[in-house]
Amino acid sequence: MADIKQTLREYIVENFLFGDTDFEFDDETSFMDSGILDSTGILELITFVESTFEITIDDDEVLPENLDSLKSLEAFITTKR
Amino acid sequence: MAFSKNDIKIDPAKVTDSLVRQMRAVIGRRFHKRGAVIGVSGGIDSSVCLALSVRAFGPSKVLSLALPETDSNPESEQLAHELAGQFGVELIVENMTPALDGFGTYQRRDEAIKRVFPEFTPAYKSKIVLPDNLMEKETLNVFYLTIIAPDGQEKTARLPLQEYLQIVAASNFKQRSRMAMLYYHAERLNYGVIGTPNKNELDQGFFVKWGDGGADIKPIAHLFKTQVYQLAEYLDIPNKIQERPPTTDTYSAESTQEEFFFRVPFEIGDLVLLGMEQNASVSEIALAAGISEEQVVRIQNDIKRKIKTTEYLKAGPVYIES
Repeated sequence: MADIKQTLREYIVENFLFGDTDFEFDDETSFMDSGILDSTGILELITFVESTFEITIDDDEVLPENLDSLKSLEAFITTKR
Repeated sequence: MAFSKNDIKIDPAKVTDSLVRQMRAVIGRRFHKRGAVIGVSGGIDSSVCLALSVRAFGPSKVLSLALPETDSNPESEQLAHELAGQFGVELIVENMTPALDGFGTYQRRDEAIKRVFPEFTPAYKSKIVLPDNLMEKETLNVFYLTIIAPDGQEKTARLPLQEYLQIVAASNFKQRSRMAMLYYHAERLNYGVIGTPNKNELDQGFFVKWGDGGADIKPIAHLFKTQVYQLAEYLDIPNKIQERPPTTDTYSAESTQEEFFFRVPFEIGDLVLLGMEQNASVSEIALAAGISEEQVVRIQNDIKRKIKTTEYLKAGPVYIES
């Protein structure tokens, strides 16, 4: 479980925050509400998750409760694997 | 007093007088321009802005421009002629297709579409849409590509990142080229450019930065779409324009603004956003809009996300100091 979350956190920090660790976000921080991701960012995140964790995210799964925080993403990926 | 659907109503005469006064002050005394240039699309927003401009500056000081390109609905140009004729304003038609061809707009866009649907040819039509189920489900704003074959067969797929970005980037040449053409005419006449966004578009980021977002004054940017319709009726905009569903007129396949971006009818979305601004309760908004409280929350969340995530579009260059 820790691996999934850590992989996601590293990707988000590197890819969306240019490695800036001064910006703190916890496991439940909403990516959209906190301004980390916009709709293009969500698309980018979907691409990363699908290729990294070898899962397919269906159209009706593109929901905030599945994708909008580290905690929700980890739970979602776990159920999909 | 409880929030109600009447709260969206305006006094069109009073609003018109106020806007006309301010447009004269800004274009004349502040910017020292001698009139106004406006791109007319056959839609309600540009038509209202043209009518306001005529009241502010007089018909001889307003130049309207129709800026069609190969994907434009021919009805847009017809309505532009009708509008200009009714208000006694000169209309110049500038065909934007050669300029857009020069930029490689269609070739760059189609190249990306073909990577998603290899069978796509220029004989097909295409459009980008958001999921249409916000009233039922809180899906995130991820774009889908729809292609329509010459025989009418439709196919839709979620857009991969690179293809989405390329299609949007190529399509945005359209709005940016139009902006350049508007400024050509504005500068040769020493006129100002009138921008036509309404509040829905400006707040939620439904415009192209340095494209249709580029203008000198935006007189209706504080008005909800349904309020623009109230002004349109008062200003006697042709019925055909008042009755036409708002479209993007950017993609070759017909795409309403609702399916491309807003995801809910304006009558509902406007009340939800106005209710949010007035700090009305979810139950009050639900009652006023005739929808469930769950639906209000979903629409509010969608609007909040769009407002939050489109700051980039609304921001000018940021100047920082060391």
